[in-house]
Amino acid sequence: MIRTMFTIAAIALGASIAVADQDPVAARRALMKANGDEAKIGVAMMKGETPFDLAKAQKMFATFEDAAQKMPALFPETSKTGGDTAARLEIWQNMDDFRARFDKFAVDAEAAKVSVKDLDSFKAAFNAIGKNDCGGCHEKYRVKKS
Amino acid sequence: MRKWLGRLAVIAAGAAIVGLAGFWFVTLPAVVTSSALPPHTPNLANGQTMFNIGGCASCHAAPNSDPDKVDRTRLGGGLALRSPFGIFYVPNISPDPKDGIGKWSEANFVTALWKGTSPRGNHLFPAFPYGSYQHMELDDLRDLFAYIKTLPPVEGRVRRHDLSFPFNLRRLVGGWKLLFLHGGPFAENPSKSPQWNRGAYLVNGPGHCAECHSPRNVLGGIIESERFAGGPTPDGEGWVPNITPAGLQHWSKEDIAWSEKEIASFLEDGINPAGDFAGGAMVEVIRNTSSLSAADRAAIAAYIVTLPPRQGPKPPPKK
Repeated sequence: MIRTMFTIAAIALGASIAVADQDPVAARRALMKANGDEAKIGVAMMKGETPFDLAKAQKMFATFEDAAQKMPALFPETSKTGGDTAARLEIWQNMDDFRARFDKFAVDAEAAKVSVKDLDSFKAAFNAIGKNDCGGCHEKYRVKKS
Repeated sequence: MRKWLGRLAVIAAGAAIVGLAGFWFVTLPAVVTSSALPPHTPNLANGQTMFNIGGCASCHAAPNSDPDKVDRTRLGGGLALRSPFGIFYVPNISPDPKDGIGKWSEANFVTALWKGTSPRGNHLFPAFPYGSYQHMELDDLRDLFAYIKTLPPVEGRVRRHDLSFPFNLRRLVGGWKLLFLHGGPFAENPSKSPQWNRGAYLVNGPGHCAECHSPRNVLGGIIESERFAGGPTPDGEGWVPNITPAGLQHWSKEDIAWSEKEIASFLEDGINPAGDFAGGAMVEVIRNTSSLSAADRAAIAAYIVTLPPRQGPKPPPKK
């Protein structure tokens, strides 16, 4: 058990060091990819394709919260282009709003992690976060490249 | 010799006059008269459905810096649409009698959507997607008009378009229509199911999906052989995906399949099969499609999966 925990901690540490070491564009893409992978599991549960699993739901919200906390630091002035970024220049013109959105995302994800107990509360929380936090920000600040 | 040149000049001038007259004639804006409209009792619920699938509010609702705060019923216009031809400023189509369409007759409205002609008899610019709306059923247009009339009047005229020469000449739009405006109301395909036909109608008529999901030529006409195969966004900033099977199949590399169910679900909540949330202009489209009935979303999906596979232009290389 202890060994498992150490392993997990080591992997987590390694992952966070790896994220910090990479260039910011790659780092934020990796975080968003992780969000997407988790959201995919969430969507399957929401649609009833897989049974509701509270642990999986909480892991998803925890991943969101973690990403929301790390993301704001990953948009330095030097990272406006390159690395196949989908970031719109509006981000740097509205940095306060952009950061505030991640703050809200983190708060919402944390609240959902605590409050979600069953499929119905999960659906409500996931829908709200998806629409307001994910969709709202993608609409304003992300540009599709392919 | 001089006599000969003079004659040639006369002939050339004559030809030019005939040519101009011919151009004038063939580019005359077409009009639907009120006598062509049979009696009709509007169905407001259907009008609202047409309003949602038509995406009227996406362009005509007065913009807000926070898109979630836009009041979709206040059609004061003002949104700037950037294009290779200049900037179009979306007009006020609220029922305001002075600044909106409050004084329009039903025939004026049908003429605008079917023929791209304003009540004054001018060509409308095809930034207003009448290339798709021309396929709408008459009753749907009349229900839509009745629905828009129930919305609040909004005062204020929107500024003029800011287009470069010669694209600012409305008469030339008559030539554009000759080249690119084809086909009348939607024709059902009897060999397909009612659901498929409903989807085909919604996608090609009111939904005007191809207007963004197709590449355009230098004159701004849709390249027919690549319809639905994606292309650059009109403002040139991003890329609109290819939604034919050739484009959607691309996702299978990541083990993601766009089934009918996935498409319908995406149109409801904006979450794609990869667990990603729609971005850019598609978020606005989802606002519209999420208001449709589940049956209409399923119909759209049933049609989309049957689009012929087409290769479109290549997205810019990854940097």
